[in-house]
Amino acid sequence: MHILKLIYKNAFRHKLRTFLTILGVTVAILSFGLLRTVVSAWYAGVEASSASRLVARNSVSLVFPLPLSYKEKIRQIEGVKGVSYGTWFGGIYIDEKNFFANYAVEPKTYLAIYPEIIIPPEQWATFIRDRKGAAAGRKLAERFGWKIGDIITLKGTIYPGNWDFVLQAIYKGRDETVDETAFFFHWDYLNEALKKAGRLWTDQVGWYMIEVKDPNLAADVSVRVDKVFKNSLAETLTETEKAFQLSFISMTEAIVIAIQLVSFLIIFIIMAVVANTMAMTARERIGEYAVFKTLGFGAFHISGLIFGESLFITMAGASLGIVLTFPAAEIFARELSQYFPIFNVERETIYMDIVTSLVVAFIAALLPAWRAVNIRIAEGLRRIG
Amino acid sequence: MANRPPIVEIRNLFKSYRRGNQTLEVLSDISLNIDDGEFLALMGPSGSGKTTLLNLIAGIDSADSGTIKVGGVDITSLSETDLARWRANNVGFIFQFYNLIPVLTAFENVELPLLLSGLSKKARREHVEVALRIVNLADRMDHYPGQLSGGQQQRVAIARAVVTDPSILVADEPTGDLDRVSAEEILELMERLVHEIGKTIIMVTHDPRAAKKAHIIKHLDKGVLNAHPQADL
Ligand SMILES: Nc1ncnc2c1ncn2[C@@H]1O[C@H](COP(=O)(O)OP(=O)(O)OP(=O)(O)O)[C@@H](O)[C@H]1O
Ligand SMILES: [Mg+2]
Repeated sequence: MHILKLIYKNAFRHKLRTFLTILGVTVAILSFGLLRTVVSAWYAGVEASSASRLVARNSVSLVFPLPLSYKEKIRQIEGVKGVSYGTWFGGIYIDEKNFFANYAVEPKTYLAIYPEIIIPPEQWATFIRDRKGAAAGRKLAERFGWKIGDIITLKGTIYPGNWDFVLQAIYKGRDETVDETAFFFHWDYLNEALKKAGRLWTDQVGWYMIEVKDPNLAADVSVRVDKVFKNSLAETLTETEKAFQLSFISMTEAIVIAIQLVSFLIIFIIMAVVANTMAMTARERIGEYAVFKTLGFGAFHISGLIFGESLFITMAGASLGIVLTFPAAEIFARELSQYFPIFNVERETIYMDIVTSLVVAFIAALLPAWRAVNIRIAEGLRRIG
Repeated sequence: MANRPPIVEIRNLFKSYRRGNQTLEVLSDISLNIDDGEFLALMGPSGSGKTTLLNLIAGIDSADSGTIKVGGVDITSLSETDLARWRANNVGFIFQFYNLIPVLTAFENVELPLLLSGLSKKARREHVEVALRIVNLADRMDHYPGQLSGGQQQRVAIARAVVTDPSILVADEPTGDLDRVSAEEILELMERLVHEIGKTIIMVTHDPRAAKKAHIIKHLDKGVLNAHPQADL
């Protein structure tokens, strides 16, 4: 017989209590994992941003455009490797609840700056040639069952009317941090249509994407860009892609903090649950611990029994919770793909699961173990019978 | 035999408990020798301090003053860790309520004290089997305490007490929770341990029938020890 066997046998003395405690830990670790994943999904855009990319937008607000003529001027600025541009289209596919990001870009330069977007060569060739061509992310195409050649009609909000596109390309991300739920098409198509309709704000773009030669000099380049357009009609605000992404998130930061707080609250609650189980367990067995001490067992073995049992229960629950996190996250990802284009359980989340459950196991066993180790034998024995 | 030193030598032992601001003197100036191979019964009214004295001899409680030598070792001077090791090697315990670990089988309960001995698994198995054979329970070694009668549980407890081959066995009312037949069996077993294996037993009991099995009866009353010749019973 081994002490480990005794720990195992002890853990199942109160089957229902142990089962409920394990279940509690499972639910807690599952919720913790999902909430952490929501938080990281929130920051997915920031995480995916590249240090060598800058975004220049109208300094007044993102809703005001910049002239197309800036492109050449930006390209000539020292330290700039490539320039592309885009305009937020904001079209609705059939119904508003089908939300996904859609924008007009200049495909050739866009793909050059975003190497993480991968389009098969033959699709790319037809997409480039088709003025009404569009590209959609793999997940987006899957969501609506789109196939190459499908006509996709978006209802314009900023640019009224129904806009027909031909799906010519389905892109994949280079890795799982890449958003595969976006939709983009030729900026020229949008611009020509606006010109034909005699609309204002033609030859204007929403933002410029700038690739810098050296990421270490990104700050210098952004200052230079803004300097060039200082005192012009449309002044620019140039920042790193990361800062640009963060500016969207900062509006909702309070929610993220609340979620983080709740995730830690869950851990705190489960700590109380496990601690209660361990306290009950140790109190019931105080006479037994006195017997162990009588037989010559010391603090090492007695605290080992209690820490071991706490660890066993917590880890059983945590492993189950971790295993369940993946299918649960997949369901989340499917159901919430319009809100969270990237919803992956990160490795850090699993590490945190493991570390927090170890901490829970340890803290829950601390007081009961201390009590059991310090019980005076004669008194412990008197409690039996 | 007569020139062998006593296995237990108690000199001027005092023990009191503090309850709030008053002190309860439980043992006052106890001196006692117990010879090797002796079967001693400790009697006395409830609350007279029998359990307290037994616990002191067994090294699970500490005295206020006085010395207790067991096998030549002054256990009152040992540290808690040394005392624990000393108990594991030198004392076998038999309790009124058997105090077996309910989730362990008879075999595992008896094996428990050997886990501290550093014996190999095979050696432990041999020791346990011998001990269970002594108490005549070899056929029940895979049973859990809940599957055994009170008398059988106490026999498992006795096997656990003798498995390390300790120098003394202490028993606190070992028949206190048993019916007459089972009690008789246990007492006969203890007698055999003394006569056949030469164990020294110190037994606290209320039961005159139990005390009758002993060689010597000591009477504890109001913290003072009196000889109690067997003929008095
Ligand atoms: N931890 C303690 N704190 C205070 N008083 C105690 C403690 N342990 C024992 N006592 C008291 O010491 C006295 C002797 O107790 P002890 O258990 O040794 O008696 P006993 O002779 O074994 O009695 P019984 O026959 O009922 O088992 C009793 O009055 C008891 O209440
Ligand atoms: Mg007593």
